[in-house]
Amino acid sequence: MKREIPMIIAGTVGIVLIIQYFIPAEPFGTLNDVFSDWFSIIQASAIWLGALNLIKVSGDKIYRRHKDWPYAAIIIVSFLVMVIIGFFFSGGRRFLDPGTPFSQMYDYVYSPLTAMMFALLAFFVASASYRAFRARTREATVLLLAAFFVMLGRVPLGDMLTGWLPRWLHMSEVASWIMNIPNIAGQRAIMIGIALGTVSTSLRLILGIERSYLGGE
Amino acid sequence: MAGPNRADFWNSMMKIDRRIIFLFIFVAISVPMFLQIQLKIPTSPEVESLVATLDKLPDGARVLVSLDYDPGSEPELQPMAETFFGYALKRKFKVIVIGLWPQGPIQAERAKPIAETQAGRQFEYGIDYVNLGYQAGNELVIQRMGSSIPQTFPVDYFGKPITEFPIMQGVTNFSNIDYVFNLSAGYPGTVEWVLFAVDRFNIVLGAGNTAVQAPQVYPYLGKQLKGILGGMKGGAEFEILTGLPGRAVKYMTGQTFAHTIIVLFIIIANIAYFTTRKKEQGGLS
Repeated sequence: MKREIPMIIAGTVGIVLIIQYFIPAEPFGTLNDVFSDWFSIIQASAIWLGALNLIKVSGDKIYRRHKDWPYAAIIIVSFLVMVIIGFFFSGGRRFLDPGTPFSQMYDYVYSPLTAMMFALLAFFVASASYRAFRARTREATVLLLAAFFVMLGRVPLGDMLTGWLPRWLHMSEVASWIMNIPNIAGQRAIMIGIALGTVSTSLRLILGIERSYLGGE
Repeated sequence: MAGPNRADFWNSMMKIDRRIIFLFIFVAISVPMFLQIQLKIPTSPEVESLVATLDKLPDGARVLVSLDYDPGSEPELQPMAETFFGYALKRKFKVIVIGLWPQGPIQAERAKPIAETQAGRQFEYGIDYVNLGYQAGNELVIQRMGSSIPQTFPVDYFGKPITEFPIMQGVTNFSNIDYVFNLSAGYPGTVEWVLFAVDRFNIVLGAGNTAVQAPQVYPYLGKQLKGILGGMKGGAEFEILTGLPGRAVKYMTGQTFAHTIIVLFIIIANIAYFTTRKKEQGGLS
């Protein structure tokens, strides 16, 4: 029963959600609302589970003096600081209200740090592009040319350099063509492949053929 | 330059230390911030299409804005949010904000005052602007909104029942929303809005995406997606077309310099690659 009950729940919910998409009549509409609410509740609970798991994994690293244990300590301290400030130092207001210590931590610590992590990508992308974009093979040359035209076509300099050419040869037009024709063709092929894979995996889950999500043996 | 010296030079050009590249990029991005350089930014059909759809909406239209990103994508997406709010103020739109990412509604609260300062007018909370906050559930939140928005978001970002707000009077589901604007940095985001709201509930959708995500949403452009703002460039074009120049236009100078530096390094690497390969082949023969 430990495996059968979850399989019955997954199968029933899956079938109902598929039917309600095509037949938006009762009782499928109501069932869809109920299952959607369940999902929201489960996901909200999973956020707590995730937080507890973060503390457990990081706590283990500190306890075992794993080589990166100071980082684990920083994670736990940062997490607790944000939680404590949010819960206990909001001065009778909601923690999200503008001007609360939590809001200030978000604005002046969390936000710049996250943006900084993303900004570092610019440096690594530049270094990686220099090393990777070399015309070693025919395929690599196509990739290199696409990158060249899109990178220059997405900034004003591209059109400044090619402004004297006919309109369809302007760098921005070439970049736009790459994005709208070869890119869309490739993306659609990938999307159709993913969709077919999703349909077959979903059917396997709903019909109880795929059981790995249940864990265990 | 003598033969061996020239070979050494091109060999060294193949192996430029990454710290030198970092330094060039740092200078390329930071210096333009202190210069008053205004580059002419051409507009693209996908941004023109988004603005044309917005222009067709009547004054006072009810729009839903879903901010599905975190501060990591702020440099690209926040200017778009500020411009959209500025445009909404100009057209007296009724703006309903939600977030499928927990940080989205906070980002809206950060964008709003900047837009208000720029527009010289303020949103009246509950009358022409409301922030419904974050709801867990990813694409199922969209699906749930299709049957009932008040049941999906019973209280707003500040914990007040949404039935209190005049802006929410008469709002039951997507059929009461004139336009949906989504700013997305990944999952859940624009793809889920297309699959669950456009295809099923026939909403009119426009989106702003990070440059990394934009190529993935291009296939929906046209029938399912009425325009895309792709990365910083899309944001800058949006600012120009709406007549609200802001941060994206300013940041485009830095992006132009950075792209130029990257392209120059790629060109140098390829010249070095072919020069050294030619020499190696010559040596072997």
